[in-house]
Amino acid sequence: MTESSDRRIEHLLREHAPRVLGAILRKFRDFGASEDAVQEALLAAALQWPRDGVPDDPRAWLIQVASRRITDHVRAEAARRHREELVVSLVPPELQLVLPRDGDELAGRDDALVLLFMCCHPALTTASAIALTLRAVGGLTTAEIAKAFLVPESTMAQRISRAKQSIQGSGVPFQKPTPEETAQRLGAVLHVLYLIFSEGYTASSGPELHRTDLSGEAIRLTRMLHTLLPEDGEAAGLLALMLLTDARRAARTGPEGELVPLDVQDRSLWNAAMIEEGVALISATLSKGSLGTYQVQAAIAAVHDEAARAEDTDWPQILALYGVLMGLSDNPVVALNHAIATAMVHGPEAGLELLKALDAEGRLEESHRLDAVRAHLFERAGRHAEAVAHYRKAAERTTSLPERNYLLTQAARLNDTR
Amino acid sequence: MKMKYMLMMNSPREGAGGILHWPKEDIQAHIRFMVGFAKKLRETGELLVAEGLAFPDQAKRVRAGADGKPITDGIFPESKEFLAGYWIVEVDSPERAYDIAAEASAAPGRGGAPLNMAIEVRQVMSGPPPDMM
Repeated sequence: MTESSDRRIEHLLREHAPRVLGAILRKFRDFGASEDAVQEALLAAALQWPRDGVPDDPRAWLIQVASRRITDHVRAEAARRHREELVVSLVPPELQLVLPRDGDELAGRDDALVLLFMCCHPALTTASAIALTLRAVGGLTTAEIAKAFLVPESTMAQRISRAKQSIQGSGVPFQKPTPEETAQRLGAVLHVLYLIFSEGYTASSGPELHRTDLSGEAIRLTRMLHTLLPEDGEAAGLLALMLLTDARRAARTGPEGELVPLDVQDRSLWNAAMIEEGVALISATLSKGSLGTYQVQAAIAAVHDEAARAEDTDWPQILALYGVLMGLSDNPVVALNHAIATAMVHGPEAGLELLKALDAEGRLEESHRLDAVRAHLFERAGRHAEAVAHYRKAAERTTSLPERNYLLTQAARLNDTR
Repeated sequence: MKMKYMLMMNSPREGAGGILHWPKEDIQAHIRFMVGFAKKLRETGELLVAEGLAFPDQAKRVRAGADGKPITDGIFPESKEFLAGYWIVEVDSPERAYDIAAEASAAPGRGGAPLNMAIEVRQVMSGPPPDMM
């Protein structure tokens, strides 16, 4: 069996995992048992399909195998407790053999959505929600998730099992969320997907390969969410933001894994197809009204991506968009980026003035970012001694190795030419 | 029988922040060396873990107070040597661990000259020694 066909099967399994789990969960109610059964079915498929070929209806196959596993488990459990009769009443015999086809495409779609909302349940910690989403909706194995987050597999297994217990304990029924519930909890779902993407995109440590998989997975899940909720502007905005950011991946790091900042990236390495898709998506979304932070961030990313050369960047437009973003979100990092955009439009001294205001608030005191930006603006203003001092201060404070290497090199470059 | 060793890199004599004041070329040569070194050890299958540590002025010394709550001090007291990073390798013999440590020790410093920094090599304990089993 060729590698590409293995990859195709893997892709197929990930596509089907959430809907299969949704269908099983709807029938058997028990989150933990359903999830285990689906994992077993996925594993069986991964072993059998490459050998015997992919069945005509992969989802029906998976649902049937998972159902059989779960009834087997229930039966084994019951046998131990001598409660055969109960099993018979719990699981009708016809259900043990063939499940009614999930022919209703809409039901399948709703199942995936319900599952996504369950996994991003407010009762869960963010870390648990991320792990559970990747496993239940993304169909990743515990080992894969553990590897991506650089924690031992046992730790991740515990995190996932605790998350499942919390959901079971919360008594949230498996059903389509009401429009109010959707609105309330969509924020958490988007946030979890955004964090999965960031984890993959930052690649601050560890073997990069797994991290790359993670941002690809985040894009896939967000694409799914956007398909399920095509009218939601923020879901579309987040997908656009991911596409427009990920499009720059190849240009973001140099041969030794060092960071390459946006303004000196080789733009011929950017992924034109992703940029085109992201720009089309955000343009269509922005024209619909109701603005959210992901949409504005996507719009900013689009302005960057549409410039053929760094010096062609439409900074006045970016500055205006950061102004909008400041109105929507009280985030000091947004204020920091606003200061950078201001410097690009009105000169570095104007940017440095805004940083003073941030100093006064003290909210970024602990962050090396303020120093890094200050260093950059001092450099642009020709105040090299101050720039070197702040590059060094930022280098001392960052906990990201590629970033530290970048900042050290900046300080040294400027110091050498002084 | 494979043995595990922890190779602890202490900061060079000029202090942990010394690299802040190196010329650009030297910093780049040092980074290139360290990246290549880790890659090589990963390829031989000998590297288990390698981590660099944040600069010492980010460090806190923690101990439990009378109530069991953590007490932290601001900055470490003055000391000539700081742990800058470490590798954990799995090798066939202690000599191989020393060889690896010597290679790391010779990482290029200012002006490209080898740093010859001290690398402390200590075996990682794992299970009882063979003759007790």
